[in-house]
Amino acid sequence: MKDGWQLWEVFVRANRGLSHVHVGSLHASDAASALQNAESLYARRGEGVSIWVVESHLIHAAAPYEDNSVEAGGKAYRHPTFYEIPDEVGHM
Amino acid sequence: MTPEEQFDDLMVRDQRVEARDWMPEAYRKTLIRQIAQHAHSEIIGMQPEGQWITRAPSLRRKAILIAKVQDEAGHGLYLYSAAETLGIPRDEMMRLLHEGRQKYSSIFNYPTLNWADVGTIGWLVDGAAITNQVMLTRGSYGPYARAMIRICKEESFHQRQGYESLVTLVQGSDEQKAMAQDALERWWWPSLMMFGPPDAESTHSAQSAAWNIKRESNDTLRQKFIDATVPQADYLGLRIPDPDLSWNEESGHYDIGPIDWDEFWRVVKGDGPCNAERIAHKTSVWDEGEWVREAADAYAMKQEIRAEVTI
Repeated sequence: MKDGWQLWEVFVRANRGLSHVHVGSLHASDAASALQNAESLYARRGEGVSIWVVESHLIHAAAPYEDNSVEAGGKAYRHPTFYEIPDEVGHM
Repeated sequence: MTPEEQFDDLMVRDQRVEARDWMPEAYRKTLIRQIAQHAHSEIIGMQPEGQWITRAPSLRRKAILIAKVQDEAGHGLYLYSAAETLGIPRDEMMRLLHEGRQKYSSIFNYPTLNWADVGTIGWLVDGAAITNQVMLTRGSYGPYARAMIRICKEESFHQRQGYESLVTLVQGSDEQKAMAQDALERWWWPSLMMFGPPDAESTHSAQSAAWNIKRESNDTLRQKFIDATVPQADYLGLRIPDPDLSWNEESGHYDIGPIDWDEFWRVVKGDGPCNAERIAHKTSVWDEGEWVREAADAYAMKQEIRAEVTI
């Protein structure tokens, strides 16, 4: 048995067809109680149709970038608006 | 409700199916076939354009082309992940592709003979793909539909860079304009074939429609693409290689001449200009990459052992 309760990250799918989104974290002693707590804490008003919980220590994170974009700027040509398309040819 | 009734209910209410839901085996198989084929198309699709990266006419065009080919690799990876949620491992899909037991879009079995082909692929091939993919964003399988939303956002850049490249080319010398015309003549019909056989002969369509996997028929999507594309060719001053092409006042659509479906089936069955070359290249790259996969595994194992020692 582990000492104390683990920290868990909670992900909720608001509706079918949408991705699970991180909503917060909680403490729990095992996965079953983490799921139960997650429902009580983060989805008690029917905020979701599906819940995932992941032990926080299992999440590996990239170092944050100062400009908040992982693949930094300077490559405007990756975006559709970089290209001039004549109005006459319609939406593209 | 039984799981089966639940699934049927989702279909009736036009809801999304998610990875852990019960689903009929045939639904699962159909999606695996379709998503794997789609993923393979993105990966094999890197070859015809990738061949022009070293020969792009300017640094600007080269940077754009690298970004586009990189996107295609990314699209393949989104799709392999979506297929994996259905229970097929990625290595298995690779093996089936290499053995020719899973297919990819036949369009990538045509060669890229001149620089105009790169712009034309962006304009026509990506244009046709977008027409199909916009429909797929509303498909019933959640992980696939979500991958398609991501892909569609990125595809817009692909089509626009292609068209812009052609606008530039047709403003150039007579030879450059002739290159663009030549590319259109070679890519037009294969692009129309990308939507698959006519509705009357399409074997998978009825069941896929019932499962909300395919929401518009091959012929409907093809027509949509033709109607959008003909004015774009006119603007470029290029001639579409179809003497029967004409505007139909009554239907409000363009009519086209007959599509050579014998050619389509020949290429599907392996006898296109580049089928053998594409798979040979893919398998050789896979084999040559074996040491990289082994090295990554060895490194991961070493890290694990070190972590244990520290504890």
